[in-house]
Formats: sequence, C-alpha cells, structure tokens
Amino acid sequence: MSPEALSLELKPKLAPKTKLRLDPKTGKYILLYPEKGLLLNPTGAAILKLCTGEQSLSAIIETLAEEFRSDAGVLRPEVLGFVQGLLDRGLLQVAP
Amino acid sequence: MTQEDRLYTLIAELTYLCPLRCVYCSNPTRLSDHPDRLSTADWLRVFEQAAKLGALQLNLSGGEPLLRRDLEELVAGAQSHDFYSNLITSGLPLTRERLLRLKQAGLSSVQVSIQDSLPDPAERIAGRASFEQKLNVARWVKELDLPLTVNVVLHRRNLDRIAEIIALAENLGADRLELANTQYLAWALENRALLLPSEAQLSTARAIAKAAKERLKGKIEVLFVLPDYYSDRPKACMSGWGKRYLLVTPDGLALPCHLAHTLPGLHFDSVQERSLDEIWHHSPAFAAFRGEAWMPEPCRSCERRELDFGGCRCQAFHLTGNAANTDPTCGLSPHHGLITEARARALEPALIPLAPRYREIRR
Repeated sequence: MSPEALSLELKPKLAPKTKLRLDPKTGKYILLYPEKGLLLNPTGAAILKLCTGEQSLSAIIETLAEEFRSDAGVLRPEVLGFVQGLLDRGLLQVAP
Repeated sequence: MTQEDRLYTLIAELTYLCPLRCVYCSNPTRLSDHPDRLSTADWLRVFEQAAKLGALQLNLSGGEPLLRRDLEELVAGAQSHDFYSNLITSGLPLTRERLLRLKQAGLSSVQVSIQDSLPDPAERIAGRASFEQKLNVARWVKELDLPLTVNVVLHRRNLDRIAEIIALAENLGADRLELANTQYLAWALENRALLLPSEAQLSTARAIAKAAKERLKGKIEVLFVLPDYYSDRPKACMSGWGKRYLLVTPDGLALPCHLAHTLPGLHFDSVQERSLDEIWHHSPAFAAFRGEAWMPEPCRSCERRELDFGGCRCQAFHLTGNAANTDPTCGLSPHHGLITEARARALEPALIPLAPRYREIRR
C-alpha cells in the first residue's frame, strides 16, 4: 500500500515486540525488536513517541508541526512514509 | 579496533546442558570441557558490564537456559539495565506459571525452536519427545502477550515441508519466523552428509518462503537464511569478528562468536578474571580478526571485504585447518572445492547416511 493511501484517522501504536529506548552511546533513540534495532533520527523518534494508539495520524502530524515549528502539509508525506514503512515491517500496528 | 566496533548484543550461553539432542546443535562437540561455572552474581556482573559497553540486546541462550534455576533473577537483572531480553529456548522444561514469572521479571521476547511441522520427523531430529510441549509453549507465549519468534532450522529432511512449517507458525500466531538453513559447524558438520539439501530442494523451498514473506508482510516477519554452501559468497558472520556481538560461554569465556573457543592458538579470557571492557578493547584474541590486516587473498583486494569480512573464521578452520583462510564457502576461495564436493554428494542418494549422530556429552 502506498503511504498516500493511509487514512489519517488511523491510530498507530508500537507493536508489542518493540522497545523504544535511548541509546546512551549515540544519544539517539533506538527501536529494538528481536535480534535487531533501528536507530532513529530526531523526527523518527518524535513520531514513534506519539504512536501510543491513542492519537490519530492527523493529530500526530499536528503535534509534530508544533514541535518542529513546521507546516503540517510539509510534514505529512514524511510522516506517512515512515509510518507505512514500519507498518510493513510489523513494528507499528493499527487497532483493527 | 575502530569507532564502528560497537557492542550491541550480548549472547549469554547460560549452560550447554539441554534436554534435546538435536543433530545440528551449534554448541561445541566437546561439551564436557565447558561445564557451568558462572554464579548468578557472575552473570549479573556480566550484564552490567555489557550494558556499560553499550549492549542493548541480550540473548539468553544455551544449551537450554531454562535449566538455570536462577533464570528469573537473571531476567530481572537484565531488565534493570533496560535490555531487550530474548529467551532462546527449546521450550523444555517449562510451565505456564514459570513463563508468567519470567514475563513479570521483564522478559521482552521468546524464541521457541520447532524442528518440523510433524511430530515424528521433528522428534527424530531433536532426539526425544518434545513436539507437543513446544506447541504448548508457543501458545502460552501468545496467551501471555509476549512476542513469539518461531525458529526452524532447515535441512534436507524438512525443507520439503516448508509450506506446512510456515502454516504452523501462522497458526501459532508467531510474530517472527526464522527459517534458518543449517550452519554446517559443530554437530551439524558431523551430520552434514545427512542434513545438506540438494540445490533443487533448496530453490523450491526458497520460492515458497519468498511468497510467504510477501503474503505475511506486516503480520509475520519471515526470514529465510540461505545456507552459505549454496550462496557462492560467505556470510558476514556475526556482522564481523568483535564488531557487534560478544558471547559468554557457560564456563565464563568471552568470545566473538559461538565457536571461537574451538580455534587453536587464541587465548580467550574468562569474565571471572577480566572485565568485558578490558576484553572488548584489549584482548589480543578479539583483535585477531578485526579489520583487514589479517586477511589473505582473495579477501584482501576483494570489493566485498567490508560486507562479509571474509566470512566465518570457524568454518575456515574446521574445513581448511587454518582460521585465517578465506571462508571456503566463497566461490573465490582456493578451498571452494570442499564445498562443491559436499554439494555433489548431496545428489547421490546412496551416499546419504540414514542414522544421525545425536548430540551427547562425552566425558
């Protein structure tokens, strides 16, 4: 599925197999899952911290736009692409 | 060592003891040389030192880690350092109650080995009745809301049932399915003639796994690990020697990989005598195969040398007698004939032994 097809009403949350934590060696957040880890840039970390299953993608994008003093329209494709990638890898889930 | 040599994963082989006798066990064949020597306090210290070095992942492995009666305490210790802790288990012996205690202690995830989709062939490989228990354990893992990895070691006796194996993992609700072809070292090397598949068998299975991977995308992470005997280029063993992983054996040796202590001429330190920090940064054995200075040709001038690091040092030693040779699974290795001969024998039914040699502790 292409990221543009993602509904903005979806409420993503981290899959149970993941653990989001700070990597003290690099000062960056890392998403751990069995045998692997995904080192996150500041935007990726900010997105995932909001993926609690309680906020919709549109609310997440609004929050990020405030946090990064950016435009929601500019952020949207980046956020949707990132979320879609993690959905495909089973690292994010959406409530059925 | 370089800045890039960063410990990410500690593999704690808590004991080499195991109720199963799998014919491809990756533990060393001289099991009795490495009895359990580390106390609870020793392991907790090792975890703390690994966390300080930067490790984020902890694999609790063996042998069978459930045989350690202090496993709950060890999991709690791991949790205190915020490790992603993965229990790598046969599922024997385990009750649902103990699994719940492990979860409550902070266990992150469970990997259960399953030998086949059918009980009889599964138990012929494992060397004892175990199939039902394994399915029960996998179900408890899901009931207790823990992430489940199903690990299946592939070989000529189960590759033809790969579709059924995938269906079984789906049925169990696995979050991750590791379809890992046998690595022909240790017990698997002793049983290689019996386990090595034919190329045709392998490519059929590979296509089925590939389709399943696509179909299950986002639901189950499906991994299909090719056997290096058929890949023409070696594996980046352990992502490079002393680069990402450190393994501690039941008797306390700190190693760069599962079988480094079978290589001659290298002295590995015990965690009872040195800290992981000293070992990681200053041990000559960890330095031995880091970087490229040790590499012979064809590795030294190969454009893939930073991708596969010359392959597996243990495979080089156990097949060619010299750990510093290019891994013979590489098509460019002067010893590659050892691999093509083994593949040719896999096409001669008359040469395939019927009786496996089970893992045993020889004293």
